[in-house]
Amino acid sequence: MITQQMALIPDNSVIEMKEPTLLKKVINNQSIKIEHLDVYIEDHHILKDINLTIPEKSITCIIGPSGCGKSTFLKTLNRMHDETPEVKISGKVFVDDENIYSPGVNVIDTRKKMGLLAQRPCPLPMSIFDNVAYGPRIHGIKRRKALNQTVIQYLQYVGLWDEVRDRIRTSASRLSIGQQQRLCLARGLAIEPEYILGDEATSALDPLSTKKIEELFIKLREKYTIILVTHTLRQARRIADHIVFMYLGKIIESGPTEEFFKNPKKQLTKEYLSGSFS
Amino acid sequence: MILTAMIILGVLVYIIGTVFYRGLPALTLDMVTKVPGGGFYLGKEGGVLNAIIGSLYIIFGALAISTVISVPLVMYINFYLPAKSLFASIIRFSLDILFGVPSIVYGAFGFALMIYLGIRASLLGGIITVAMLIMPLMMRSLDEVTRLLSRDLPDALLSLGATKYEMIKVILKQLIPGLITAILLAIGRGIGDAATVLFTAGYTDNIPDSLSSPAATLPLSIFFQLGSPVEEVQNRAYASAIILTVMILILSFSARYFSSKFSKHKI
Repeated sequence: MITQQMALIPDNSVIEMKEPTLLKKVINNQSIKIEHLDVYIEDHHILKDINLTIPEKSITCIIGPSGCGKSTFLKTLNRMHDETPEVKISGKVFVDDENIYSPGVNVIDTRKKMGLLAQRPCPLPMSIFDNVAYGPRIHGIKRRKALNQTVIQYLQYVGLWDEVRDRIRTSASRLSIGQQQRLCLARGLAIEPEYILGDEATSALDPLSTKKIEELFIKLREKYTIILVTHTLRQARRIADHIVFMYLGKIIESGPTEEFFKNPKKQLTKEYLSGSFS
Repeated sequence: MILTAMIILGVLVYIIGTVFYRGLPALTLDMVTKVPGGGFYLGKEGGVLNAIIGSLYIIFGALAISTVISVPLVMYINFYLPAKSLFASIIRFSLDILFGVPSIVYGAFGFALMIYLGIRASLLGGIITVAMLIMPLMMRSLDEVTRLLSRDLPDALLSLGATKYEMIKVILKQLIPGLITAILLAIGRGIGDAATVLFTAGYTDNIPDSLSSPAATLPLSIFFQLGSPVEEVQNRAYASAIILTVMILILSFSARYFSSKFSKHKI
């Protein structure tokens, strides 16, 4: 199987130079706008009247102490709360000017637009190749050549191809955790999303792998709108363009990174940044 | 504590020792290659091939039926019903009760069902009754491993835009070792049970040639041989017990082997 793959690429240097064609596609008019979003889990009011516009083609970091609703918020964007009937959602979330919570919206289409990178990498129980090919496959790409091309391109994009090229058919679980997280990113990108969601995507990784993922986020910013939930203020400072600070289910303050860290307007933000609570 | 461990070990050694001491001399090649000849139960020549084949037919038939029913049910209560579903807990509770029902009750129930349907004691009747016996065990053990599965995998699949059905296909790959364990437990319970097949499968000296013909089983074969006054035949019962034990061992090892083969991509 490996040799067949190699045969597709007559000369390695050619593919190295070629910019991935799928990634060249420019997606314009990305927009996420949230209006009066309230989320209840059973009787607990988790998110309270969230109003937010996410700037396109930039990295927005959501920060805040544990339990402030960051992850819950992220899940509302790709409708993962649909799976838990205890969660009640009211309000509007416009993705590409369409309210994803209005009846008749196909949840699969919404999720396809969002590439999710979870906290812990979770490779699928199949080979490295099949992990990346899974998304395209279920969304209808059957042709072998197209699949091969997609897999190779996205593995190259996340810098994993050279590390796994001679064991592409082996199990994904044998990769290191940092490699697994990059594999998950490639898998998410292979469904050709417009937005990338990261739920503390680096918290389980070592510093070196974290750095690689962060660099990828910065590279991805050119094409995608990225929303990250993070625990570490330093990471937010390093890579974010915009910061949203949440506390107890409310957005306390949001703004461009530099301004946010230099002149926080609210007293609560100042206290959080100085480390009085976390 | 050491004493209790010694008692347990001692009992085990005593049981296996007796079976092998009495069974091994009687364990000839004829035992596994021939069906009972005339006067077999009086000490004449023959073997228990009829019971070996019958037991295998019944257990594999029952496994096929119960797997086909168990897997969709477990997937349904775990992934289609909400986490705190009342219906799911009712199903789990009923399975726990069914699991505790003695096998003779299944046998009697199967017998009553067969009379109602007008079926004679047959391979099919045995398969269905044993399937009923092992299904609760299979469902419950498969359910336990499914519940232990981390939410990460379903979430990862759904966030890629997979439908529930596509999600379950991948999850099943991850669950193969759990499914194999469930099957092994089911074999253990099903193959050695005499009471379920007593009325439903009947007993015969021939190898069953169709689903409607009666089938012999090893536990019943052991029972009939032990009931013989001839000591030689009683020893053959122990030999049959060895055969049954070895069969379970072979099934276990091959299941483990296939399990590791099919789940090489497991996380």
